[in-house]
Amino acid sequence: MDNRLLTMDITETNMFSIIQSMWLTFLHMFHKRETIQYPEEKVKLTTRWRGRIVLTRDPDMGERCVGCYLCAAACPVDCISLQATEDEHGRRYPEFFRINFSRCIFCGYCEEACPTYAIQLIPDFEMGEYNRQNLVYEKKDLLIDGQGKYPGYNYYKVAGLAIGGKDKGEAEHESPPVDVKSLLP
Amino acid sequence: MEAPIHPMLIVAGVLGGVMLVAPGLIWLERRLLALWQDRYGPNRAGPFGVLVVLADTLKLFFKEDWTPPFADKKVFIVAPAIVVITALLGFVVIPFAPGFIVSDLNIGILFFLATSSMGAYSIILGGWASNNKYALLGAMRGAAQMISYEVFMGLSMMGVVLLTGSFSLQTIVNAQQDLWFVVPQFVGFVTFLIAGIAETHRLPFDIPESESEIIAGFHSEYSGMKFGMFFVGEYIGIILISSITVCLYFGGWLGPAFLPPVVWFILKTFVFIILFILLRASLPRPRYDQLMDFGWKILLPVTIINLMITAAIVLFNENSP
Amino acid sequence: MPTIYIDNKPYEVKSGKNLLETCLSLGFDLPYFCWHPALGSVGACRQCAVKVYKDEDDKKGRLIMSCMEPVNDKQRISVADPEASEFRANVIEWLMTNHPHDCAVCDEGGSCHLQDMTVMTGHAYRRFRYDKRTYRNQDLGPFLNHEMNRCIQCYRCVRYYRDYAGGHDLEAFASKNNVYFGRAEDGPLESEFSGNLAEICPTGVFTDKTLKQHYTRKWDLTMAPSVCQHCSLGCNTIAGERYGELRLISNRYNGEVNGYFLCDRGRFGYEFTNSEDRIRQPFIGRKPVDRTAILHEVAQAVKDGKVIGVGSPRASLQSNFALKKLVGEDHFYHGVSDNEHDLAELVIKVLKEGPARTPSLHEVEKADAVFILGEDLINTAPMLGLAVRQSVKQQPMKQVTNAHIPAWHDAAARELMQDSKGPLFIATVNTTKLDDIATQTYRAAPDEVARLGFAVANLLDPTVPPVKNLPKEIQQLAGEIAKALSEAERPVIISGASCESQSVIKAAANIAWALQKKTAQAGIVLTLPECNSLGLAMMGGHRLNSAFDCVLNGHCDTVIIMENDLYRHGKASVVNEFLMKCKKVIVFDHIVHATIEKAHMVMPAGTFAESDGTLVNNEGRAQRFFQVFEATDAVQESWRWILQLAALTGNQKITAWKNFEDLTEAIAKEEKLLAGVERVTPSAAYRVAGQKIPREPHRYSGRTAMLANISVSEPKPPVDPDSPLSYTMEGFRGLPPSSVIPFFWSPGWNSVQSVNKYQDEVGASLRGGDPGLRLIEPHLNGRAPYFTQIPEIFTPMKDHLWTVPLHHIFGSEELSVRGDAIAKRAPGHYVMINVDDAVQLKLAEGQNFEFEIEGQPYRLPVTISTSIPRGVAGLPYGLPGLPFVDLPAWAIFKK
Repeated sequence: MDNRLLTMDITETNMFSIIQSMWLTFLHMFHKRETIQYPEEKVKLTTRWRGRIVLTRDPDMGERCVGCYLCAAACPVDCISLQATEDEHGRRYPEFFRINFSRCIFCGYCEEACPTYAIQLIPDFEMGEYNRQNLVYEKKDLLIDGQGKYPGYNYYKVAGLAIGGKDKGEAEHESPPVDVKSLLP
Repeated sequence: MEAPIHPMLIVAGVLGGVMLVAPGLIWLERRLLALWQDRYGPNRAGPFGVLVVLADTLKLFFKEDWTPPFADKKVFIVAPAIVVITALLGFVVIPFAPGFIVSDLNIGILFFLATSSMGAYSIILGGWASNNKYALLGAMRGAAQMISYEVFMGLSMMGVVLLTGSFSLQTIVNAQQDLWFVVPQFVGFVTFLIAGIAETHRLPFDIPESESEIIAGFHSEYSGMKFGMFFVGEYIGIILISSITVCLYFGGWLGPAFLPPVVWFILKTFVFIILFILLRASLPRPRYDQLMDFGWKILLPVTIINLMITAAIVLFNENSP
Repeated sequence: MPTIYIDNKPYEVKSGKNLLETCLSLGFDLPYFCWHPALGSVGACRQCAVKVYKDEDDKKGRLIMSCMEPVNDKQRISVADPEASEFRANVIEWLMTNHPHDCAVCDEGGSCHLQDMTVMTGHAYRRFRYDKRTYRNQDLGPFLNHEMNRCIQCYRCVRYYRDYAGGHDLEAFASKNNVYFGRAEDGPLESEFSGNLAEICPTGVFTDKTLKQHYTRKWDLTMAPSVCQHCSLGCNTIAGERYGELRLISNRYNGEVNGYFLCDRGRFGYEFTNSEDRIRQPFIGRKPVDRTAILHEVAQAVKDGKVIGVGSPRASLQSNFALKKLVGEDHFYHGVSDNEHDLAELVIKVLKEGPARTPSLHEVEKADAVFILGEDLINTAPMLGLAVRQSVKQQPMKQVTNAHIPAWHDAAARELMQDSKGPLFIATVNTTKLDDIATQTYRAAPDEVARLGFAVANLLDPTVPPVKNLPKEIQQLAGEIAKALSEAERPVIISGASCESQSVIKAAANIAWALQKKTAQAGIVLTLPECNSLGLAMMGGHRLNSAFDCVLNGHCDTVIIMENDLYRHGKASVVNEFLMKCKKVIVFDHIVHATIEKAHMVMPAGTFAESDGTLVNNEGRAQRFFQVFEATDAVQESWRWILQLAALTGNQKITAWKNFEDLTEAIAKEEKLLAGVERVTPSAAYRVAGQKIPREPHRYSGRTAMLANISVSEPKPPVDPDSPLSYTMEGFRGLPPSSVIPFFWSPGWNSVQSVNKYQDEVGASLRGGDPGLRLIEPHLNGRAPYFTQIPEIFTPMKDHLWTVPLHHIFGSEELSVRGDAIAKRAPGHYVMINVDDAVQLKLAEGQNFEFEIEGQPYRLPVTISTSIPRGVAGLPYGLPGLPFVDLPAWAIFKK
């Protein structure tokens, strides 16, 4: 690139374009304001807005989160921590689930990583606090009694693992358990 | 002419006025920028959001006054003071109204040039003392820019001096009773204004700061009120350059009698302040080399030619009866 | 060295290998399932297909399974060939048709070979529309979780379990598409090496059940290289922590020591570190106090009293050394029973003064004749037992080689070998779990075992005195053993401290030395009771009983007991008296035990997970274990407590030592036998490209949330002054030196199979040499200093039983049994007697039998055995709750 040309372009030939652009800017005085006067005026958020994070439940009101740690691994600021545990029937759920919203950047990677649609970002950003400690959300603050954006999905209906109320072979696209002792072809 | 006002009162008036207006400009600039960007700007604190200035000041006061451990402490602290002091000193020679001047020096313009070049020190020292690469880069750029543009800043003013034969600003204003010097010295006015913008390193010539390239240039490391002083210093600089422009080319306090001279002066000054803000709202920053090219290869020759032509005309007029 | 062309690039490779090994060694990413470096190839999974070309002009080539193809000179193959790639992707797709949608709830996820291989081949979407096959799971005991749905039928589990580890109860059932891997019925897997299934299984069929109690993904663990603390072999482990709790022990490959495997005691024995019995705080009396208070109190006690120190065979060299220096050399006592003290000293003498070298575990695997005297290896040194199990394949392997079948060709080799086994002779008190592969077994009292040994030695070298009055059949057996041993190229004699008989060790030494005259490669392996028994013995110190005497006679009044439960090493009545007599009893330990209950002051010591230290294993190999995590409470290493104490007591010498490094250098300088110990690992100042080596994988999660419930401001990560490892995820991400590998990971290889990338070549040593430093080498030019004291024939005494200790892999070791999983597998109390003795005593199985050993009364249920010799009784060693007595000794029973 010829350095000269650039220099000439701006300094010599475009005196009038500079004045023109100043004039155009000046004219913006008479344009409509774009500002939304929040909080008197509310913002319209789309359904895919990445705001507050919630943990949802499946259609049978069971916790969707199975404690697989993928959200935590995907989190670029490492603000999710949890511990998986199991109920007596082998169903996994998080023993604790903590999001430090003072670190969260609302990137939505956790939602993308979640294999069970448990963790979801919802269109709500009004979560300011005067005390930073209050931005640490525990499971009780995160878990909602609904399915969120993905109604109808139940991970355990497709997973091979047997849990209370769903034995081996009862998931979708599963044949009944093999009888190991059978000699039939 | 009215009875002369006590000099200390003038000093207090000028100092108070400038120190009041400078922070006010923060609000004004934000509101105007918003206006030209289809926003509202600060409109919450106080009527029209003017109290944002207070909020800002309070914030700056309560910020941690941090001196980096690697900085040259003394110089680091002195640098922001220099910028405010030198900018304020420039007001000594400004005639706000007939007799309303701190000191009518007969070398007023030279004094102004001297103080404004002192401003370069604050940038160099601030950037250097920070002991930070970006700060140093900013300081280097600042120094080069201010020194380069000072050269023809002085030269462009010489046209006016030639026409009046005096360095005293009061004399110069009085010489414009019939015709503002912007008419005979239009080229001088344009070059002076450009140099003035560069001297205050305001957009589009904010190359020493360039937050998008070198973070905040020479004041990267500054916080709290030390940063605040750089900030205020810049606004004082704007007022100073605007006032000088008004004095040199737009007849200073002169104007129809229905308004007192001071008001005329203030009105004219504000037009230029607003022009400064409009420039910021509309123009992008040139590259550093473009800035230097523009200064040395275009503006300097233009001012010299302007000066020579003016001198020729003045000589011609003097020699012809 | 043959040259092969892979994708038209020439490579010089080692001959005798298969193409898969070769490609992996060269760094190619080639997927595989059924092949395993320790198990060889069977060509079952069809996953490792590559293209082979006839010559340069052959453009078409043909697909072959790389694991089944030997390397040939000028061979031309292609890994990247589109047809081969497509074939591999198809194979994965077929394998995955029945794989459940389970990864989120699968413990293997994140360290799963199947995941890695699936990603590697590019298969991403299930096109197969039909139903998935399902299975019912089995309860496989406290160690392993079974989830059969995930199986891809690679057969690795049964090949490992049955063919490699010699287990019997894991089988492949059913046929065709229904093949099932499990037991005939629910129940714990019997093999002591079952835990390796969790690593052998390429997917999540077998997973660690103890990990499941506190499940954490591999990427979330803070890991450090560690050394197993549960027997004297010093297997290398990786210990992983999360949320201040040790969560997982996995194998750390060491080509010389444990190779790819660990025993179940080593793998699951870590649970004691999380026990509720852990001591987390200093105590004065029963009152918890803080760090400064205890230090001042103890310092005062040390200054005021006449102090002795009792060391520990389960504490590191550093801790023992620091204690020795604190109390003074003359006041340092070994915290082991006198018998074990003497045995350890004898072991050093045998290894150091004799001409026979002690081989590593890897070398034992390569031995072609083994004679075991008095050791029930599976219970005392399990991994040595596993190595012996491999050694019996050596002799038949010659046959395989002669038939021009490569050793890695597992199926063919096995077919040819059938049931033939190399020579293995076992002479022990009771049956062992290696009997099934033994050529001959011999059951007798320890003295008789020793006599057999002396007889063998005499046959090998007539300068060894002959054994008098040897029965004919024993003489014949001795002849057979001597013949087999002298015919072998690399014979190994194994004995150890577990039958507590000096004669047995001496006999073993005699055999080894006699053999060494004939075959230079003859070796002797001696096991010891605890992880640092040898290290402690090499440091020198007095017998425990002298410590008791010292206090009981009033020469001393203050005792510092470090990481030791005296009730496990001394008779309860004596220890009671001793502790009562002491004015101040100061105990450092990490877990509550009987001695702690009697202590005046308790200082919380770190377990191996919270400590840095060096151990010396039975081979004389010094190995360093690294602190895994910084304890958040007052817990710290014993040696660090002592360094802090010394600063308060004004001990000039110790005060000069500031950290682990100073201490280790002092050991190297002052302990003659331990010279060089500072070179085991790179120093704390070691950096790669200016960076520390991170203990956490780069995907470690939750850093800004895990402690946010306590305070939202994250604390500064702890700094490790003692090692080149950092406690964070920042640092050097390449290949660290072999002794500081905190975990195995390589791009695309998240599972433990990534160890391939850390080895010189597949299955060989780690790059830069296997870690650990052998401190003991044999006295090569010396003549064999034969032992000449041959014990008399063992004759049973009336109303007496000669009681010998019987070891249990689960239960005999002090620490591991404090964890739930191991405790579940530990046997109950019992006394084992011969069936004829039982008839004579009119005792039935399970009936209580009362007897007394050295004044210590016992009342235990009887176990009747046909194998234990007459006049001998077996008492389980070290089971919790069973009073200690220094065995062997006569049991006197009341009638």
